[in-house]
Amino acid sequence: MSLNGQSKIPQILKNHEAEVLADWLGEQMAAGIRKDLLKEIELREECREFLELFTDAIQQGNLTNIQSTEWRSVREMLTSVSRTRTQKGFTPTETANFVFSFKQPLFKRLRQELGQNGEALVEEILSASNLIDKLGLWTTEIYQKTREEVILRQQEELMELSTPVVKLWEGILALPIIGTLDSARTQIMMESLLEMIVQTGSQVAIIDITGVPTVDTLTAQHLLKTVTAARLMGADCIISGIRPQIAQTIVYLGVDLADITTKASLADAFVLALKRSGFAIARSKPTI
Amino acid sequence: MQKNEIISINSSSDVVLVRQAVRQFAVELAFSLINQTKIVTGASELARNTLEHGGGGTVNIEALDRGTRRGLRLTFEDSGPGIPDIELALKDGFTTGNGLGMGLSGTKRLVNEFEIVSRVGEGTRITITKWK
Amino acid sequence: MERIAILQMGHFLLVTIQVDMHDHLAMTLQDDLTNRISKTSARGVLIDISALEIVDSFIGRILANIAKMSRILDAETVVVGMQPAVAITLVELGLSLKGIRTALNVEKGMALLRSSLGDSQGGSMDGDAEK
Repeated sequence: MSLNGQSKIPQILKNHEAEVLADWLGEQMAAGIRKDLLKEIELREECREFLELFTDAIQQGNLTNIQSTEWRSVREMLTSVSRTRTQKGFTPTETANFVFSFKQPLFKRLRQELGQNGEALVEEILSASNLIDKLGLWTTEIYQKTREEVILRQQEELMELSTPVVKLWEGILALPIIGTLDSARTQIMMESLLEMIVQTGSQVAIIDITGVPTVDTLTAQHLLKTVTAARLMGADCIISGIRPQIAQTIVYLGVDLADITTKASLADAFVLALKRSGFAIARSKPTI
Repeated sequence: MQKNEIISINSSSDVVLVRQAVRQFAVELAFSLINQTKIVTGASELARNTLEHGGGGTVNIEALDRGTRRGLRLTFEDSGPGIPDIELALKDGFTTGNGLGMGLSGTKRLVNEFEIVSRVGEGTRITITKWK
Repeated sequence: MERIAILQMGHFLLVTIQVDMHDHLAMTLQDDLTNRISKTSARGVLIDISALEIVDSFIGRILANIAKMSRILDAETVVVGMQPAVAITLVELGLSLKGIRTALNVEKGMALLRSSLGDSQGGSMDGDAEK
């Protein structure tokens, strides 16, 4: 890569650190940074740190591979910058611009220092541009990774949130399902229901599907599996909240729910569960 | 982690050994309890198959590490009579032995990948893989 | 030879499976248990499998056989304490063990046996009273 020997960039950066920093900051301020999300003083500190690490790294002479060990601290620094900006709500462009905006002040300085030597200038600018592009893309990659992590975490949280098992009475559990039932969700649902059955020693569990928009063959099979597994452990399930159109679908699909107790509403299922557990409900005052 | 262990299956206590070894691998790979139970149960079914229908054989237990995906692969091999009709053998309720006819078809449902190669008179190789 | 202990509690027999059973052991249990039922005229059998880490199709078949055989010998079988992971795996394997009664633990299993025995006795007493 090197142009008849060493790149001049490290030396230039060393000699003009303050000016480059000032230019770079000016560049970013002019382009308009998100003052609502980031204080100028924080930005200045980030730029100073980047410039310092960048100078250190570039001095090792490797201008092509930013995955090498020389660039580790720069990568780590950009990772943390990118992560904080993702969390603060910057766009990917704004995040990547932190690095890309460094081109202008650097090239300006190169032009001033190497202006008389056109060939060297072009080569230096090319290699620096390449390098900065790679670093910029790195911030975008981290940006995306951070977002994916957030999505993954939210998915998991949503999964857990969406399958609450509640105790209705001594020995009676309820699992109100809201939303579509897919394999992954049913698996978690089944696990948490069975765990709760063991923990609470409950003999009856009501699975309420009022909030399930549609039931297909797979969903029905998942429900059947849950009921069968509970039965193997010694607990009975009642499925409640089956809407008329779902009843029709189940029959059209040819799914056999004959072995399973079904009730129209959660209230009906609860009364049955109480009865099975040996409780009776009586009204102590007449209806007003 | 790339490691493997080969266990020979020649008696019903070997089936127990296979179960224990597979459990240990699954625990080391930090499989969830459900997935541990599924792969150990599958291993038990196939080990018994190897013993009863294949006249004994071996199992190779391998820990797989494919970047973010980690898994467990079990390869059961015997040089028994082979399976003449694999499709039939994979049907629920099909049985020639002492089980409930759920051995092969059921095991397939417990794992992510299931492969069976069999030649009549030469033997059978069944490979199952469970990803974490 | 290693054997699984069978405890007698009144009219009931209690079996707690605590080892990783190999197939011969399971077969021996089936023999021992049917012998004990007929010798003691037990009315109920409780099989506690809470310590079992897996139930495969072979053990499933043994449990189903025990239930059928004891019914012929006039004893009810209740399998108690199956772990959630074992239950999920069994269902996925395609075994629902229909015909086997289940309970969450020994205590509940005992209550289940008592009430089913009590019901049938109660029924016959009612019949007598009507005469």
